[in-house]
Amino acid sequence: MSTVVATSDGRASLARIATLVRKEWRQMIRDPASIALGVVLPVILILLFGYGLSLDVKNVPLAVLDQDGSSLAAGLIGELRLSRYFQPQSVTSLHAAQRLLEAGRVQGIVTVPERFARQARAGGAAVQLIVSGTDANTARIIEAYVSGAVEAWSARQAPALAGPVRVQSRLWFNAANDSRYFLVPGLIVLVMTLIGAFLTAMVVAREWERGTFEALFVTPVRATEILLGKTLPYFALGMVGLVLCVLAGRFLFHVPVRGSLAVLLGGSMLYMLVALAIGLLISSAVKNQLVASQLTLLATFMPAFMLSGLLFDLRSMPAPIRALTYLLPARYYVALLQTTFLAGDIWAVIVPNALALCAMLALLAFALGTVTRKRLA
Amino acid sequence: MSAASAPVLECREVYKSFGPRAAALLGVSLEVPSGSLSALVGPDGAGKSTLIRLACGLLRAERGSVRVLGFDAAVAAQCIQDRVSYMPQKFGLYEDLTVRENLDLYADLHGVSQAQRAQRYPELLHMTDLQRFEQRLAGRLSGGMKQKLGLACTLVRPPELLLLDEPTVGVDPLSRRELWQIVHDLVREQGLTVLISTAYLDEAERADRVIVLQAGRVLAEGTPAAVTQLAAGRTFRLTPSGRESARTLQARLLGSQAVIDAVPDAGGVRCVCAAQHGDGIPGGVPVEPRFEDGFMVMLRRTQSQSAHADIALAHPPPQANGALIEVRDLVKRFGAFTAVDRVSFSVARGEIFGLLGPNGAGKTTTFRMLCGLLTPSGGVLRVGGIDVARAGDAARGQLGYVAQKFSLYGPLSARENLEFFASAYGLRGATRRARIEWAIHQFELTHASGPAGDLPGGFKQRLAMAAALLHEPRILFLDEPTSGADPLARRAFWRRITALADQGVTVVVTTHFMQEAEYCDRIVIMDAGRVLAQGTPAQVRACAPREGEFEPSMEDAFVAVVERSRAGEARAAARTA
Repeated sequence: MSTVVATSDGRASLARIATLVRKEWRQMIRDPASIALGVVLPVILILLFGYGLSLDVKNVPLAVLDQDGSSLAAGLIGELRLSRYFQPQSVTSLHAAQRLLEAGRVQGIVTVPERFARQARAGGAAVQLIVSGTDANTARIIEAYVSGAVEAWSARQAPALAGPVRVQSRLWFNAANDSRYFLVPGLIVLVMTLIGAFLTAMVVAREWERGTFEALFVTPVRATEILLGKTLPYFALGMVGLVLCVLAGRFLFHVPVRGSLAVLLGGSMLYMLVALAIGLLISSAVKNQLVASQLTLLATFMPAFMLSGLLFDLRSMPAPIRALTYLLPARYYVALLQTTFLAGDIWAVIVPNALALCAMLALLAFALGTVTRKRLA
Repeated sequence: MSAASAPVLECREVYKSFGPRAAALLGVSLEVPSGSLSALVGPDGAGKSTLIRLACGLLRAERGSVRVLGFDAAVAAQCIQDRVSYMPQKFGLYEDLTVRENLDLYADLHGVSQAQRAQRYPELLHMTDLQRFEQRLAGRLSGGMKQKLGLACTLVRPPELLLLDEPTVGVDPLSRRELWQIVHDLVREQGLTVLISTAYLDEAERADRVIVLQAGRVLAEGTPAAVTQLAAGRTFRLTPSGRESARTLQARLLGSQAVIDAVPDAGGVRCVCAAQHGDGIPGGVPVEPRFEDGFMVMLRRTQSQSAHADIALAHPPPQANGALIEVRDLVKRFGAFTAVDRVSFSVARGEIFGLLGPNGAGKTTTFRMLCGLLTPSGGVLRVGGIDVARAGDAARGQLGYVAQKFSLYGPLSARENLEFFASAYGLRGATRRARIEWAIHQFELTHASGPAGDLPGGFKQRLAMAAALLHEPRILFLDEPTSGADPLARRAFWRRITALADQGVTVVVTTHFMQEAEYCDRIVIMDAGRVLAQGTPAQVRACAPREGEFEPSMEDAFVAVVERSRAGEARAAARTA
């Protein structure tokens, strides 16, 4: 008997959720604001990203591979070590250096080739620089700094050298050093943050403002059903945004997707849920559209823009701010996306970032469960 | 269900406050019996909404118990919410869904089957007269239609208790009558139990039972007749003699110790005596008491009428010939929507001019244009002989404006607000000090300490009026000044306005309380942006068919005028079709 009641309850609950989703969907497609946020905003963001941004880079971790072993090579490496721009780390094989680069532990590899000292005295020596191109801006700056450091060193060594030492640089993961490669993952993060947190907080606050929640509460509907009714449509809208961004990236900007689509989709779904939970949490505390929008922009969008590693390299931030970035879900999503788009399915990057997002989601879901009540004030 | 005699809603010693300074309910006990229509009556801030929300399980009481249908609202809110229906004060409709979609949403949530809907929807749509608008977006309905749709949504299945929070506020008198008729029929024909809250005292008479709430306490609970009976043998009607206007007679009567209440009424004055014999009122004809009369008797037991509601102006405005305000063919369009459609009227010095109409009639838009806050799309607008469109600042200098919402600075004290506005009007030195002292003295603001935002409603309104009069304007604009105020505050307000007009200040006022039109020298009735009737209250009242001994009320006139206009429109539409 009790099981029969339970199933009929479950069915009634599903029917109510379906009704709320249908209602939300109708409102969404009739509301120009959600269309604007889904379509107009990405266009504006593309324009914004098109402009170059000047970025300062400090303490860039570099892997240094000395294949020569001469005192001249040691002098050059010492020059890099003395610079405040780099944090060189000696490695013994190119393979080890590659692994560090893939894992994101270093930003570039400097290789001093065999017979470097001999070639330098004969003229026409070169060091090789491999830079991770996932962040095109940073890559370009690292390139310039390394070249500058090598040039300065070779000028000082001029009497002993037959000619200047060149830097042969290679970009990995983004061989064309196209900033759009870097733009598309960034766009996805911003669009998902806006739809997930901002739009959701706004539509919930709108229900409080217009008094519609008050009427809705006094029906058999449960608080969790209202939450799901809000979550599902905006989750779907976020996925539409994701697909549009990926398609635009692939066919308009020819951005490669080196990792698997499954990882891209899975990671995005995870982040979308986190963003939705933040939006719902904010709107449960703030019942006014204006304040809700300000707060979500401040708490999600701005940090996603500035502190997620999407624009500015995390390593060049002062330590306290860098510590703060660990609290931002966008940070983990940016790492996931950049890897998936530009490097491939590098599990050493994907797994820890995905786990961090899972932990955040669990925490937010718990918080949401405790604050959500069908009650005013 | 238990016995039918058990109360559907039962409150015992309920306390609820919102913060230390905002007590909403102070030990409320009441009962709503099954199958009855109960009205919760009281001014804004009396605790009506709080009580209804407690009954819905949307708020939790600090002390005392709230039981609905036998369930404790504090622990079994969902059980209550499954069985009752509630219409909040703010519509609670989804404006971007159609009429049909709104109904479907609530039917789905209540698990109403398709077969039940097929039977119920036509009934609901017929009852609310919304058949033609099934596919229209709720946001595009008029205020009255929205309320009726909101009501229909609560009735998708028969609720065991229907809770309506001020469903008639801001709705035109015609729609108000229709709404009450619907609720009445529901109780009579379907045996529904209804609790409806209202600030309109005349509506309480239509209920089986009334609960009078004042400042968080129950003043009375019983039949409306029992409240009305409190004024039995004490109500009289007086007709002004000679040149005296009903307004001045009313002001004179209110000043008398023997009189509890006096209001202008259809050309005369209704008054309620303090004692139970009428010989204290010479020339008074005994009349049947109304609910409001009994209510005033009750209210005066706990509160005394403000002794000092008169105002003495330091410098009465100069004499003026011709119209001080002239409006000709005024038009305001917002996109394709015409908010004000060829409105014309003129106001002379010292007149009280009333703009009447439901929400959305165009009153506030007209007002904003008069004050130079909105630019008209067409027509002539002269205030004090100055074209507002050309010289808005010069025109604004001679007028004071009291906005509908409290628009002073909440965190500042009353005096600080006055100081700010005095400076904003360019008052300096001794004049500034004198004007501020005048305002504080005349409007009894001496004891108003603390932030203005925390003052009681009546104080706020006096402060707003004081601020608007600091620069001694010739013209005073007041937008819905009495909306939501308690009857005593409303009487005091009109006494001040009358005193101002007697001293030569020209007053333009909007209101949706039809009886208040009787205080005005001349009025216009507006609906959907157009002027439907214009003239003295007596002339406008004459638009309504005369029934019985006394003149029809202003509300009868309004209903007659609007019905005639809408019928004319329907005929015109039929001709073009």
